[in-house]
This record gives sequence, structure tokens and C-alpha cells, in this order.
Amino acid sequence: MTVTEEAPLSPAGNPMGFGRMIRKEDARFLRGQGNYVDDVNLPGMLHGAILRSPYAHARIVSIDTSAAEAHPKVKAVITGKILETLKLAWMPTLSYDVQSVLCTDKVRFQGQEVAFVVAEDRYSARDALELIEVEYEPLPTVFDARHALDADAPIIRDDLDGRTDNKIYDWEAGDKAKCDEVFANAEVVVKQSMIYPRVHPAPLETCGSVASMDKVTGQLTVWTTTQAPHAHRTLYALVAGLPEHKIRIISPDIGGGFGNKVGIYPGYVCAVVGSILTGKPVKWMEDRSENLMSTSFARDYHMTGEIAATKDGKMLGLRVDVLADHGAFNGVAQPTKYPAGFFHLFTGSYDYPVAHCNVRAVYTNKAPGGVAYACSFRITEAAFLVERMVDCLAFELKMDPAELRMKNLLRPEQFPYTTPTGWEYDSGDYPRALKEAMRIAGYDELRREQAEKRAAGETMGIGISFFTEGVGAGPRKHMDILGLGMADGCELRIHPTGKAQLRISVQSQGQGHETTFAQIVSHELGIPPEDIEVIHGDTDNTPFGLGTYGSRSTPVSGAAAAVVARRIKDKAKIIAAAALECSVDDLEWEHGRWFVKGDHDKGQTIQESAFAAHGTLELPEGVEGHLDASVVYDPPNLTYPFGAYIAVVDVDMGTGHVKVRRFIAVDDCGPRINPMIVEGQVHGGLADGVGMALMEVMAFDENGNHLGGSFMDYLLPTSMECPSWELGETVTPSPHHPIGAKGVGESATVGSPAAIVNAVLDALQIRHAEMPLTPAVVWRAIQGNPLDRPDLAIE
Amino acid sequence: MDVTMNVNGDEVTRDVEPRLLLVHFLRDELRLTGTHWGCDTSNCGACTVWIDQQPVKSCTTLAVMAGGHDVRTVEDLDPGTGLDPVQEGFMLEHGLQCGFCTPGMMMTARWLLDKNPDPDEATIRECISGNICRCTGYENIVRAVRWAANHEADATANQPEGASA
Repeated sequence: MTVTEEAPLSPAGNPMGFGRMIRKEDARFLRGQGNYVDDVNLPGMLHGAILRSPYAHARIVSIDTSAAEAHPKVKAVITGKILETLKLAWMPTLSYDVQSVLCTDKVRFQGQEVAFVVAEDRYSARDALELIEVEYEPLPTVFDARHALDADAPIIRDDLDGRTDNKIYDWEAGDKAKCDEVFANAEVVVKQSMIYPRVHPAPLETCGSVASMDKVTGQLTVWTTTQAPHAHRTLYALVAGLPEHKIRIISPDIGGGFGNKVGIYPGYVCAVVGSILTGKPVKWMEDRSENLMSTSFARDYHMTGEIAATKDGKMLGLRVDVLADHGAFNGVAQPTKYPAGFFHLFTGSYDYPVAHCNVRAVYTNKAPGGVAYACSFRITEAAFLVERMVDCLAFELKMDPAELRMKNLLRPEQFPYTTPTGWEYDSGDYPRALKEAMRIAGYDELRREQAEKRAAGETMGIGISFFTEGVGAGPRKHMDILGLGMADGCELRIHPTGKAQLRISVQSQGQGHETTFAQIVSHELGIPPEDIEVIHGDTDNTPFGLGTYGSRSTPVSGAAAAVVARRIKDKAKIIAAAALECSVDDLEWEHGRWFVKGDHDKGQTIQESAFAAHGTLELPEGVEGHLDASVVYDPPNLTYPFGAYIAVVDVDMGTGHVKVRRFIAVDDCGPRINPMIVEGQVHGGLADGVGMALMEVMAFDENGNHLGGSFMDYLLPTSMECPSWELGETVTPSPHHPIGAKGVGESATVGSPAAIVNAVLDALQIRHAEMPLTPAVVWRAIQGNPLDRPDLAIE
Repeated sequence: MDVTMNVNGDEVTRDVEPRLLLVHFLRDELRLTGTHWGCDTSNCGACTVWIDQQPVKSCTTLAVMAGGHDVRTVEDLDPGTGLDPVQEGFMLEHGLQCGFCTPGMMMTARWLLDKNPDPDEATIRECISGNICRCTGYENIVRAVRWAANHEADATANQPEGASA
């Protein structure tokens, strides 16, 4: 069966392969029977709570925990001093930095972890926090990355030997000399600075864990909000010195991740220590304020882009300079070789002959993190920059932004295409996707309507963005996190009756793995998807792999599932040949069955082969019984999904309020395993784009106080801000993926913010203003002051 | 202090602290974990339950405030006789992904349809605007509620007790 054929239906009415299928996991969620970390309730379980710093930068003079310890329901109070004796006061980050678990010297951001209380119930644990007395000596702060390298800036990481400034790294890519030469001779150069503000993934379920150490067996079991259970297991082994074979990480149902749940947080470590010290299971579940103030943020990139072009709009070169704010610890989660992640793909979807990029990263007195919020390892920032820059060029050349893009997009015959910084895009037909988006939008008609409205004094805007994603990290020889190569294992067991269990190394935070992966196996083997159980999120029951983030599940683990199913198919062929007493060369496959060429009735279904494999059938020399297989899939390259987005907005010139009237999204992620799930992923990402473009920002005041510590201040899009999404698709399979699929989880988050911002600026007929385009920002832009934002603080 | 309330048709009495939030009472005392704790500030709606057939945010309601009242949670939407049309709509229209907002979202939607059996898209969007979803972009939730409205008549025979306002 090819990927585009319609799959036959199973007895339960599900597609035996690709197609729209109702999700298996819904049955429990619809009834309130999901099992999230906070639903885990063990006998004798205690509750932990974290005391956090009220200061952004302050030396700890003293901590007095005696009153808290005297609280009748308190079982333990843990401070950095206690952790020091266990060598756990500091832990490694995913970027070869260290991070404080509980503070021993000075706090470096507001909300940093200072002490951990374990008590009989969650309210008592919080009560006891109030009884801990901490004396702080406030220090000068630096929270604006643009001042982090000032001569008089306070040194945040004086814990690191020899530190005399706040610089983390200085990294560059591309050919600077060639690029400078092109710019020196260009007819047109357009330069624009822009900020991708600090935002937060804010999954609806906050982070937390339940740690249970069995003192007799030495077995540690941790139910935790993690997108990468296997990586966490190895890290616990490395950090705490616990034997890895005695650690079991369970990632149960996860209430959204978006990159927020990739790393290890101090609270997880504290729960483990709490369980070790008390001998009881300990639950730690952060509240919303803690989630927003202390866990992995996203973006915070100060970017300056320059395009060199001809007068008629042919792009000749791209130069980019970035100042990256990583917060107080460098805690980004991304492949080691790429300090700025896949920002490396900053040339986007265009045929730039030359390009150069420099990224400087700095410490500030803000929470650590940076790679999160469906960013595909910072392609979000790159896509936003390049799509804003294209519109800036269109603005200066007075060209239609669609025409300018069409003129410069990579052409289908250029694929596989190597970017100026050495990345190979696998496949694409970009003009087709843009044309399709313009067709759905009725682009020419929209421009006519805009002209009429302008004549009548009304304001509407049309914004385009075109993105190229790079997902499915990644090839082992290039990509690892803390030395762990980014390949993924997969195991498939076909039981004697032909029912199957698929064990995958990635896990779901809502993406529907239990359905999609069953469909992949069904596509390959013809076993009904309802007969395939997908097991994930438990390190004791799944093979090793790096987890779900960076849209990597389908490109890596999905490929592993297809490959392991093909191994089963190959083995079933040997078994069928033995059973049918013919040569394997005489057999031909049809969906779900091997049969003898020229004698269609003589054959064996995969279910019959499974029973025969477990039965008494004499097998050829060297062939083992049973029908199981396992693989480790090492992707040969990333996959490169892409898309063309068009936003239509109306702006109220009196209030600055922006209404997203329409949003057209054409995505090309290769063949769609379950189109319903793919569309759902796109819808969610588009809402993220509305949030980032118009509403979301983590603001700080001049003392480093966090001004977005609750959903009353950190605004997320609701049903009222989101339009009814209009989706389209083109299908360009990946040539190197077993089923051609490319991954789609983050595409819309990557691609949509620029379309909305471009639309608002198109409405206002100005070149640039900073996100989020709140009514206040838009109103100020209308008054002719769009660029004057000395900091990100909300006035 | 003792608090007595009717939860999903059963009378329950517990000795609780006056400050105990209803969301924690339901989750930790009664082990009804379908109601979720999402934000503490009434913004996200993951904790939405009904008190006397009105949706409330149980993260900002004290358990004792529900004393003497009828509380209904997501666990009561499907009392074993088949899915409520709202649940079926969410399933068929893919109105959920991670499932964390889903119980609160469905309690709000069920309330809307009891009050207004034929809501248009704008009405649905306004009604669920106090429930945040981070996964779906709301599109399929709106479709799910419309699906339920369109199929409500077929399912009246299965209507759980107390579902009509």
C-alpha cells in the first residue's frame, strides 16, 4: 500500500493504516480518568513545597528553619547546606552548565529555589514555608541582556571559576568575509532590530513529580512531568550517583509540554531527596506562579537582521546579529554542537547565496531555560526574524510581500538544497504552498478589499509568513544531549493471536501517540490499529530514546516504528514460506498477508504467521521462534516540513485593538498519518502565534521583579482571540524517512507569529513594531512611536 | 469543621479545614481527580465544576462554601449509560489533546447546551472563554459543542439525571 492510497477499514471501522481515526486515548480523558502526576496518590505519601527567593539577586546571609521543623506536620526541611553534604546542591544543566538545586551562596533570579519542606499534606507544607526565616543581602541586578556585558554589570555566575563577565558564548556561522563583500556592493540594504520577547510555554498542567524510594530494594520510582523519561533516568543516575538499573521514571498522562517539561527542575531532585530522607513517597507539584516564574521560559532573543538585495527585490545576502538572554543558568535543552540551537537555519526558505550570523549569549538575573514553547530548537526565532526582514525589504522596495517572496523562495529543482551554513533541506515545493495559501485566502481580493477600506478610512492588514522547519533531531554523529545520541529505540511484539504491543521511546503530552503509532504499524502490517497497544512513558517498559520535543516523535520514533514493523514483516515472510512449504522468493505481500505469487488463495495472514511463529512449525535453520523485533533508528538527516501562512487582521485605530479576522495555514509535513491529529496540532500552534504576536510577554520591572507570575498578568489566548482556522495542505514526502513523514507538532508555532505581526504592520503601514502587539503598543505605533521600547516592562 | 454536600448524586460528609479549596476537596479527599488544578486565579477553568447546576471555578471556591449544595463533576457526565453528547462531540471532533482542560471545558459546554440548545459559534466561543486550552486552538472544541448541539435530540434518552438546567 502506498502512503496516498486510502486505507481499508478494520472490523472496528478504523483505517488499517493512514487516515482519520478517533483517538484511543480519548476514552479515559473524556471521563476524567486520565492519570496525571498530581493524580498519583501513594500510601503514606508526603507533600513537598519550595521556598523561593523574593529577590532577583541577593546573597543569603542566614537561613533559620527551626520554627518550620517544629511544625507538627513537618517531616523534613531541606536546605542547600543539607544538599551539599549529599553533593546535590548543584546539578548539571542540559548545556554543560550547573544550576543550583537549593541555594547555598546567593540567589540569582526571583523565584529561585531556597528551601524544601516535606509535610503530611500540601497545605501544611506551604504553612511551614512561612516559618522559615531567610536573611538576604540584596545585590545589584542585571535583567536586560543589553546591559549584561556592561563594565559595571554585576557578575552573576561568580560560582564559576575565573568569571569576570556575564558572557556564556559567542558563536557564529556562515562566511563573514563573503557576506560583507556582498553587502558592500549591494544596491539595497535593509536593516532592522527586533526583539522576540521572553515568553512561557505555560502548559495547563504545571510541573511536578512523585518520588518513591524503596529503602529495602534501593528502587527509586519517579512519576514525573517529563517529555524525556529515558534521558531523565540517565541524568538522575549521573547527578545523584544512583544506579541506573534501580531507577524507574514514569511519565504518565502529561497535561501539555511544549518544551516546558524537557529539563530536570530542582523540585524533582528535592522530591527524590525528600523520599530518601523520610522513607516515604514525596509529591511535589508546583503552582501556576512557580511554573511561570521559575521553569523553562522561551525566546528572549534580541536580533538585528540585514538583507542585501537588488533594487528589483532579488535577495543577495543575509546578516544577523543576536544577543541571547539565557537567564541565570545556561539551561537550554538542545543538541550539544549547536549552542544557538537550530537558529543556524536562519536563512529560512529563501535562496540567499551568502549569509552570516553571530549569536552572543549572556547571563541575566532571570529564570533559566530558553529552548521551549514549541520552538524547534530556536527555529521559531529564526523564522520570525527572516519573515520580518522580508517584509521590511518589501516595505522599503514598495513591493507586494507575496510577490517578493515568490521571487526569492527556493525552487523545487534546488532540492535537496544545502543552505549557506551547511544544512541539507530534504525536499520541498515552496511556491506551490504559497500559491495554495494565496488561493484559499483569495489574496488579490483581500488586497482589493484593503484598498477600498483604506479609502474609507478603515484599517485592515494582510500578513504572510513562509517557514521552513528542521525537525527530527537527529543523526547520532551530529546530535546529542549531554552526550546521549538522539537515536530512538522501538520494540514490536506480535502475540500468538496476532495482537500487538509497540513499545516506543518517546511519549505523548497530548499528541496522540497511542493512536498515530498504532496506525503506522497497521499501515505496515495490516493489523487493525485497535489490536495494537502502544506503550510509552515508562522507562522499565520501553526502549531507550531521547523523548518528545522538537517535533521529533514522528520523524525519529515514527520511522523506528515503521522499520521495526518491516522487520516483523520480513520474519513473517520466512514463517509463511515454511508454513506454505515454498521459497520466500515465491511470496508476495498484500496488506496484512503473504501469499504465493500466482496463487492468491494460498497464503498466510500476519495473524496466522504470528500463531505459527509461537507454535510447533518447523522453522528454517537459524530462525528463532516468536514474532518480535526491536530496532534503534538513527535518522540520516533532519526532515524539513514547511508552510505558507496568511493572516488577515482588523485594527481599531481608536484603541489599538487587533482582531485576527482570518488565518490561512497551508502546511506540508509530508504524508499525514492521521489528518485529524495533524490539523489539531496545527490549530494549537496557530493559537500560540496569536498569543505571542498579540498578548504574551514575561515582563520584569527595574529590580528584576517578575510582572507575569499568574494568568491574570501573563495573558494566553482564549477562544475569543482565535479565529476559525482555515487549513490547507500540500504533500512533499521526505525522501529519507521510511514513510515520508516530516513532523508537524511545532510548525504552526514557528510560522504563525510573523504572519500576524506582518499583518498588523501592513494594516498600520509602518515598517516595524515589537511583539506583543498589545493595544498599548499598537496605539503607540499609531502615534508614530513604534520603536521606542527601552525595555520590555509593561508600562 | 464538618461539611456535607451532594457530589454527583451521593451525599458526602468530611471534616475539613475551613480554608480547604473545593478543587483539593474533590481531588484529595474524594479522589475525584477528573477535576484539575491549573492556575489558582480562576483564569484557566481546568477546575470547573457545577454547584447547583452553575459552573464555578473550584480553585477559588472553598469546600465549605459548597456545604449543603449539589456539586457535579466530570465523573458524572458519563454515569455508565453511554457518553454524554458533549463527550461524544469532543471525541468525534478531536476537541481534546492532552486532556487537561477537557473536564472543565466539557462542564462549561454541558451547561451552555442545557441553557441554549442551539448556540451559534460566537455564543460558544464567548461561553468557553473562561476555559483556557493550550493544545487545540479552540477550533475543534467549538465544533465539538456544535456536534453535541446537533445530536442532542438523539441522546435525550441517555440524559443523565440532573443534566437539564
